[in-house]
Amino acid sequence: MKELKVQPIKDGTVIDHIPPGNALKVLKILGLIDELPESVISIAINVVGKRGKKDIVKIENRELKAEEVDKIALIAPNATINIIRNYEVVEKRRVEVPDEVIGIVKCANPNCITNLKEPIKTRFIVKKKQPLKMVCYYCEREPEDISSHII
Amino acid sequence: MNFKGRDVISIKDFSKDEILHILKVAEKMVPIARSDEKSKMLDGYIMASLFFEPSTRTRLSFEAAMKRLGGNVIGFAQPGTTSIQKGETLADTIRTAESYCDVIVMRHPKEGSARMAAEFAEVPIINGGDGAGHHPTQCLLDLFTIWKEKGKIEGKKVALLGDLKYGRTVHSLAYALALFGVDMVFISPPELQMPKEVVEECKEMGVNIEVKSTLEDIGDIDVLYVTRIQKERFPDPEEYKKVAGSYRIDLHTLKNVKEDMIIMHPLPRVDEISPDVDATKHAAYFRQTFNGVPVRMALLALVLGVVK
Repeated sequence: MKELKVQPIKDGTVIDHIPPGNALKVLKILGLIDELPESVISIAINVVGKRGKKDIVKIENRELKAEEVDKIALIAPNATINIIRNYEVVEKRRVEVPDEVIGIVKCANPNCITNLKEPIKTRFIVKKKQPLKMVCYYCEREPEDISSHII
Repeated sequence: MNFKGRDVISIKDFSKDEILHILKVAEKMVPIARSDEKSKMLDGYIMASLFFEPSTRTRLSFEAAMKRLGGNVIGFAQPGTTSIQKGETLADTIRTAESYCDVIVMRHPKEGSARMAAEFAEVPIINGGDGAGHHPTQCLLDLFTIWKEKGKIEGKKVALLGDLKYGRTVHSLAYALALFGVDMVFISPPELQMPKEVVEECKEMGVNIEVKSTLEDIGDIDVLYVTRIQKERFPDPEEYKKVAGSYRIDLHTLKNVKEDMIIMHPLPRVDEISPDVDATKHAAYFRQTFNGVPVRMALLALVLGVVK
């Protein structure tokens, strides 16, 4: 019998095909740990799948909406979102890079106003989705390594 | 065209027609800027001048512009004398200042500061320079100078010389000139070349761009725009001397240039232009400095809605 490392969930959301090692960042971007203190969230890191290693996140009793999940496209552009009801996948979709990225990425420019203690969230305008190209709304610089600047 | 209540953060916030309109309003302001005519156009209006960083020309010309139009000025030139010293945020400083004035002019060392200020203020924000970011009023006065000196901007050939890598003032100018269909030559030491994105952007706008590292063959240039090469960009002072020396404009440089070629410089200059060039007909930089006043008068009158 095939051993299941992570149990299937009855209801909720499964985020699959996260690049290996990024599951915790995904959770951080989604902010679910703070929002759902009672919810069971399982994480599998470095799972060997058909296309190599990947991470998986399973969130019980919470169906994530597209606009929430699209935020993770910055670090997991190929992730798939599976909505589970009564152990069945009722909806499957891919993430899409949003037009604006607000409050997720820190501006890499130390001289940007967003790096001072001002009451504003960082804001990036997505110029190109593939390959991802975005500029800071404030200082107009382009971050070189987006994933290492996740807040 | 309605400018009332608009912020002036980046030259890219304006279309070519809007820029031309600003230049036309600025031209009408010239006699008032020279004090040949008196005006009470902005009587009863208050401009807050918030300079978090040193400035000579921008601050003085803005204050002169407001006062020439009969308006009043409040503000500071040294943040050390304000609550910023106590750790007040820029957002709070802006909210405070706007409750005392009708328009805010600011210079701040951080990039994006003016854009952020505009989010917190109801009154128009005019960016007088945000670090290495934008300086739209400099760009407008540069365009005004070319327009006035040459009769038009379209079809002219402009060379930008010096440090083209750092400081987006020169990048904004290249963008604005491309908007007017101006062919350009970018002349700089290899280590201070115009960033590729700017070159590409200009080319995409349909203008011809030539990139060079020597100050030669400038016989077909209409405007030579000189910028300062900063010492701190070079780790070796000897290297700086060598590089800076090879881009210095003197009477010898001007031997084979067009009769009506003008030299512009945003100032302050250090050694880039020899003082004996000042007396030649090519030297337009002091007229350019003066032009800061009518251009800023036009902007103030437009964003306050006194001129349409």
